Amino acid sequence: MRYAIPKTAAEAASLLMEEAARVLAGGTDLLVQMKSGARSPEVIVDIKHLPGLRDISREDGGFRIGAAVSGAEMQEHADLVAAWPGVVEGVNLIGSTQIQGRATMAGNLCNGSPAADGVPAQIAAQAVVRIVGPKGERDCPVAEIPTGPGKISLGRGEFVASILLPARPERSGDAYLRFIPRTEMDIAVAGAAVNLVLAADGTVDQARVALGAVAPTAMLVEEAGAALVGTKLEQPALDALAKACEAACKPIDDKRGTVEFRTHVAGVLARRAARIAYVRAGGRA
Amino acid sequence: MKTLHVSTRVNGDETDFVCAPDETLLDALRNRIGLTGAKEGCGTGDCGACSVTLNGRLVCSCLVLAAEAEGAEIGTIEGLADGDKLHVLQQSFLDHAALQCGICTPGILVASKALLEKHPEPTDEEVRYWLAGNLCRCTGYDKIIRAVQDAAQKLRSA
Repeated sequence: MRYAIPKTAAEAASLLMEEAARVLAGGTDLLVQMKSGARSPEVIVDIKHLPGLRDISREDGGFRIGAAVSGAEMQEHADLVAAWPGVVEGVNLIGSTQIQGRATMAGNLCNGSPAADGVPAQIAAQAVVRIVGPKGERDCPVAEIPTGPGKISLGRGEFVASILLPARPERSGDAYLRFIPRTEMDIAVAGAAVNLVLAADGTVDQARVALGAVAPTAMLVEEAGAALVGTKLEQPALDALAKACEAACKPIDDKRGTVEFRTHVAGVLARRAARIAYVRAGGRA
Repeated sequence: MKTLHVSTRVNGDETDFVCAPDETLLDALRNRIGLTGAKEGCGTGDCGACSVTLNGRLVCSCLVLAAEAEGAEIGTIEGLADGDKLHVLQQSFLDHAALQCGICTPGILVASKALLEKHPEPTDEEVRYWLAGNLCRCTGYDKIIRAVQDAAQKLRSA
């Protein structure tokens, strides 16, 4: 086994073309997988030293977040938290303080867990993933990255270099909530992210709702967002939101939650997250 | 497997060691440098017994490759006391009997120090959330929280 520190993106892509190559950013999934024997990489490609990979930078009014930026660094970035509180709170739910010191939003995405807390709010935010590979750079909507449990759409030699959270219009807000049977350090049984933009009178103008842990991948629920547009989150709108979320759920049944429970809770979380996002967008709940 | 040569700083001292490419920082600290304060509890980042700081950031050393320590600044429990003079947190843990078997204690002390550097006046809830990744099977945590709060108060008035 080798440990490699590429200095350029092209060098990283070339290393990742090798047999059994794995990307190392925060390592909080990779090292656990190596320990359990689930993965035995031949070459570990540490992308942290590539230019820009550890930076949060402004771009077209939005934020470009390098693939090696830790959850703790996102939390400490006041402007990012102000613009995208839901995305940051989702990432910050991953693991403990120690895990936050290392874990990255891009790594959480690329690990491919259907229950990844960092992903639904990115989907609701319409984040765009910058992928670098042997053929150069390409941009991809975040929702198209996960394809199933532990599976992502990246090709051989490709890696995520950064994720762009777009510019925020006025009167916008997002939120992410998950359910776990304890208060910390657990995997989501269900999760819901809501991203809203309000009109001047407080009516919802745009709404995107994404769910986690209730299907093979985190997913956008278009009907759920549509249920909120044109409303001020009155009871019938919230009922319609929850119903649309429940209809979209295709969860597994396991010891942490039954199908019925996960389906119900997804709707409940979506209602609550919608109210939080609404208030953050400046609406009066 | 090719061995790697790593130059780093541990508790302020220039330190060199050789390691395997898949060796963890925890194993290198314990087996290459002889700093056995950081413990392996779970080896998967769940228990926090291996907590150290890496460039000032609290991490589980079982989830860091030793090779990643090249050029880095590592802080371990061995750097807490000043010679024979215990750190305020260490004395406070003794005063409050905030440990029993002691396996989790180095990690909890390192994590608590990182907390108080960032939040000198935490609420009990903030202490509990910050330390959620440090498992203790003996104390029931209440004494740990009291010891951290007492140390926080002493550090503020120092």
